[in-house]
Amino acid sequence: MIAMVLDVVIGGLLMGGIYALIAVGLSLQYGVARVLNISHGEFIMLGAFVTWSLYTLFGITPLASIVVCGAVVFVIGFVLHRTLYSRIRALSESLAIFEGNSLLASFGLLFIIQNMAILMWGGEIRGYSYLAFPVDFWGATFAANRLVTLLFAVLIGTAFYMFLARTRLGKAIRAAAQDLVAAGLMGVNIDHVLALCFGFGAAMAGMAGSLISMSYMISPVMGMEYTVIAIIVVVLGGLGSIPGSFIGGLLLGLVGSLVSYVQPGLSLAAYYVLFMLLLLVRPTGIMRR
Amino acid sequence: MDNVAEVLRKPILPALAILILVLLAASPSYAPGYIVVLLTDIFMYSIMAVSWAMFSGPTGYISLATAAFFGVGVYALALLGFILPLPAVILIGGLVSCCLALLVGALTLRLKGIYFAIFTFGLIELIMNLLLWWEVNRSGTVGRLAVPVDYNTVYYVMLGILTTLLLTAYLIRRSRFGLALRSIGDCEEAAAHIGINVTALKTTIFAISAFFLGASGAIMATRWTYIDPRIAFNPQYSFMPVLMAMFGGMEQLYGPILGAAVFTYLEELLITKFPYYYMLLFGIILVVVLLFLPNGLVGLIQKWRKGGSIRQRANT
Repeated sequence: MIAMVLDVVIGGLLMGGIYALIAVGLSLQYGVARVLNISHGEFIMLGAFVTWSLYTLFGITPLASIVVCGAVVFVIGFVLHRTLYSRIRALSESLAIFEGNSLLASFGLLFIIQNMAILMWGGEIRGYSYLAFPVDFWGATFAANRLVTLLFAVLIGTAFYMFLARTRLGKAIRAAAQDLVAAGLMGVNIDHVLALCFGFGAAMAGMAGSLISMSYMISPVMGMEYTVIAIIVVVLGGLGSIPGSFIGGLLLGLVGSLVSYVQPGLSLAAYYVLFMLLLLVRPTGIMRR
Repeated sequence: MDNVAEVLRKPILPALAILILVLLAASPSYAPGYIVVLLTDIFMYSIMAVSWAMFSGPTGYISLATAAFFGVGVYALALLGFILPLPAVILIGGLVSCCLALLVGALTLRLKGIYFAIFTFGLIELIMNLLLWWEVNRSGTVGRLAVPVDYNTVYYVMLGILTTLLLTAYLIRRSRFGLALRSIGDCEEAAAHIGINVTALKTTIFAISAFFLGASGAIMATRWTYIDPRIAFNPQYSFMPVLMAMFGGMEQLYGPILGAAVFTYLEELLITKFPYYYMLLFGIILVVVLLFLPNGLVGLIQKWRKGGSIRQRANT
């Protein structure tokens, strides 16, 4: 009995840690930069495949790849915002039009990144074994790599939260999230801050991808599933709320773990039902008043 | 009466439309089979793109539910194809889609733009996952066979649906209803303040567009011999119409059709030999259109003829 409960709860938290990291990334991109980035999952896929390539070709440990992926994907995200999204922002008459057009642009990016990855790495499902020894918790067993994953997700999340709460740049980002125009008037370089946010969001996706590749199978079309989960979590936690996203991610992991324990195969459908109910009942999320 | 007077004053466009319709209706008798099949595909995507533009164009709400409504039609055929006659299945496909749209619209069209887009996208995956689960666990099948129908029948039904859709879209654009829809897109608060029931209007047009999608899904499914939830609810069918309508331009009714024709032909050329390059190209064109062609091909044509059109308007 205890083993079963632990299995569901710890399993949920392990999955939830990844969800939380992904959702914090999307929350930065949508909550601050106002881009609902449907290609978020593609950056996760990029991180996963770079890590896989570095490990299988050069034997570089995935834990080191996390840093590499984070940096590379950050630059990609920053440049994308500076070239693509800031131009769309300048072309759009209102925020609603910008949100619509940037959503469509990220659909375009999704197709571009995904198909480039298929052309580069092939369409097969891949995986490798790293830190795969079992760890026992009073009868519930988990692979060590999944525990490492949760540890890193919490570390990255906490570090970023400290950055937002304690540094000047973090303050500028929070100001931009509250009110773009007012923040601009107070001397925040809006274009720069938004591009940074988009880059940070992408970097989180890239790092999450590295972590995912350690314990799950990866394929070039894996991104969409994670994007959908990230969107659900961001809505669950309240748009633009970083702690909300983190808690929402852990919660969704628990829900998914519970549902797949009771009725395997329905966990994705359960996410959607939860998500649709939330949109209808409380579109501002659990953390926003 | 306004419409009749307008037609009498400018008889060229309606005459051209009827000529094209006659040419298309007669094409199975003179064109090779390959062309008929290609035209059917173009009609299918045109129905999707025009339906999408009919709702999303004036209101500004981005719907990603096209695949859901189309899929409902496809699945109606998979379930009922061998039980009921074809016209009944097509009608049922359309009506079920229509009801689904009424339900979804009434629930969600109060949501602000971007939430609506996410919600409609979730709808495809939700229906697909529920159906998959139901088929595997309850009915014990993984796929179903579609009732075969010959290509010319599919062609004529598609042409019929497209023509009806175009007429409907044309009449709506010219009516008070169409004007009210455009006012919602311009400023929803102002529209509500002058007495327009915005939610009811949005829901109605959403349901009308869904009817045509469901009906076309039911007839199109007869061309696929094998149907399962993943085939029926392909998210691709939500993105293609958006790209086609935006590429063609939504200012004019023929814009989405232009986009549909271009992309269907491109798909035909590339998808069998270079599927990934096709999807890559698809993404690149979507981004380029957003950046450089905000009003699509139609906008380009109008810009090119701009001098003339301004003078015309000054005369009336």
